[in-house]
Amino acid sequence: MNLPEIARQLELEHLYTDYAACLDSDALEHWPEFFVENCVYRITTAENYEADRPLGLIYATSRNMLKDRVSALRQANIYEPQRYRHMISGVRIQRDDVDALEVAANFLVVRTMQDGAMTLFAAGRYLDRVVRGVAGWHFARKIVVLDSRQIDTLLAIPL
Amino acid sequence: MSIQALEWPKAGNSRVPYRVFADPDIYKAELDRIFLGANWQYLALANELPEPGDYKTTFLGETPIIVTRGEDGEIHAMVNRCAHRGNLVCLKERGHTKDGLTCVYHSWRYDLAGNLQSVAFRRGVGGKGGMPESFRLEAHGLPPVRTDQFAGLVFGTLSPEAPPLSDYIGNLVGSHIGRVMRGKPKILGTTSQILHNNWKLYFENVKDTYHASLLHSFFTTFRVSRLTNTGGVGIADNGAHHFSYTYGGQGADQATSDAAYADIQSLHADYRLQDPRFLNSVDEIGDGITIQILSVFPNFVLQQIHNSIVLRLVLPKGPDKTELQWTYIGFEDDDAAMTERRLQQANLVGPAGYVSMEDGAVGGFVQRAIKGGENECSIIEMGGFEHASQDTRTTEASVRGFWQAYRHTMGL
Repeated sequence: MNLPEIARQLELEHLYTDYAACLDSDALEHWPEFFVENCVYRITTAENYEADRPLGLIYATSRNMLKDRVSALRQANIYEPQRYRHMISGVRIQRDDVDALEVAANFLVVRTMQDGAMTLFAAGRYLDRVVRGVAGWHFARKIVVLDSRQIDTLLAIPL
Repeated sequence: MSIQALEWPKAGNSRVPYRVFADPDIYKAELDRIFLGANWQYLALANELPEPGDYKTTFLGETPIIVTRGEDGEIHAMVNRCAHRGNLVCLKERGHTKDGLTCVYHSWRYDLAGNLQSVAFRRGVGGKGGMPESFRLEAHGLPPVRTDQFAGLVFGTLSPEAPPLSDYIGNLVGSHIGRVMRGKPKILGTTSQILHNNWKLYFENVKDTYHASLLHSFFTTFRVSRLTNTGGVGIADNGAHHFSYTYGGQGADQATSDAAYADIQSLHADYRLQDPRFLNSVDEIGDGITIQILSVFPNFVLQQIHNSIVLRLVLPKGPDKTELQWTYIGFEDDDAAMTERRLQQANLVGPAGYVSMEDGAVGGFVQRAIKGGENECSIIEMGGFEHASQDTRTTEASVRGFWQAYRHTMGL
């Protein structure tokens, strides 16, 4: 790795660190800001992904749809108070398309409910496409591939 | 408490003792009488196993089942339990086999219909050991599951007493399965949810037309479905199966409807979507029904919410645990725009669904709340005491229908 590559790797690590901090600190209103306007966001399972099945448990094709997710969580949907703690590791560039990077990363999410019950809620991979704008790196596409097909109770807060 | 000791309230189907959601003995009796009894349960889509040798595994209650496409081109199903020492024969959830089904434990081999074909070292080694001469392969197959199909859906039962599937479902509910399952289905994806509640609490929720626009604010706020829309419930005579239906854009005008919901917490009138494209739907069936939720006793659900078509299977995993499996489908002749529409509208349902995530939690809330109240009962009187079809959804008639069928099956 030369110095520009090390700098780029650090920038990407920061992107994921900030992304996790946003979700884990309940700053959901800022979550759409990590994406470009015409982004694709999709949560799926390894089973669907490997079988080329297009389903998304959450599927959005614009940043405004992500904003709608957040406002629905705040105003419409009913779920018990809970928090996530993301552990993101193994951020790696899989392809350099000059104008964008294909980046993969691993995640674990521990979910803690209001009564203190903790579960290992999700494990999986991010398969992302990131682009660099004037304000830094943003996600043009984020596919969240869950290792398990089972969701405990419900999936409210994004991953 | 033993099942014999449970006395059903005199009020009948409008009262349900909370004990039935919590008691391990009642749960065991349900596995036996309902899930291993004379009730057809969904196993697979016929065309998800297209080639001879294709198989998948599923459950009748908690009993593991293999479903195959046999060499004869027919669907077969059998218990996934080796006749020898009870091991699981199929370990993978789905796959393809070229040479039948072989138990990994001692290499007993079955054909795709579950007939025992060979036993490893049956004649022993060098004249020693091996099975006795009296052992007959044909007497030790995998226990067969009866299968039958309706509109491309494969159902199974272990009981010889279940009537043919089309008679079991009946014309009323059957015609509304056919209404949705019009083409060759294509699976768009699957997922499942672990619910921390008894399976019946989820099935009551499916049958409960009263709750949808009250619990699910999203329905109400975006006028996707309200009780003021024209609609109703169709219920099989024996109460077992049902469908509810909602017409889009019909019923009370918006002002009247808003007034009806004015004091209800689920209406947030000032909330607007910034990108409502995902709600764009087409009347693909052409009858104006935008939502149809249909159930077949004891644990199958077919859902049409706009263009989102999903099969749900409710699998009991213990008195207070349930797996809810979702299979999202389209049809072979869908164009790209229709597939995209179905994928967008999938946001409404499933574990993260705008109008379904609450259903994943509310059963667990009930499960927690009934602790210490096992001798008390729920009140199911909305819309009266009967379980007949009604042209309103402000009713719990189909919930009472479920309890009618449940009590009949359980002898309660």
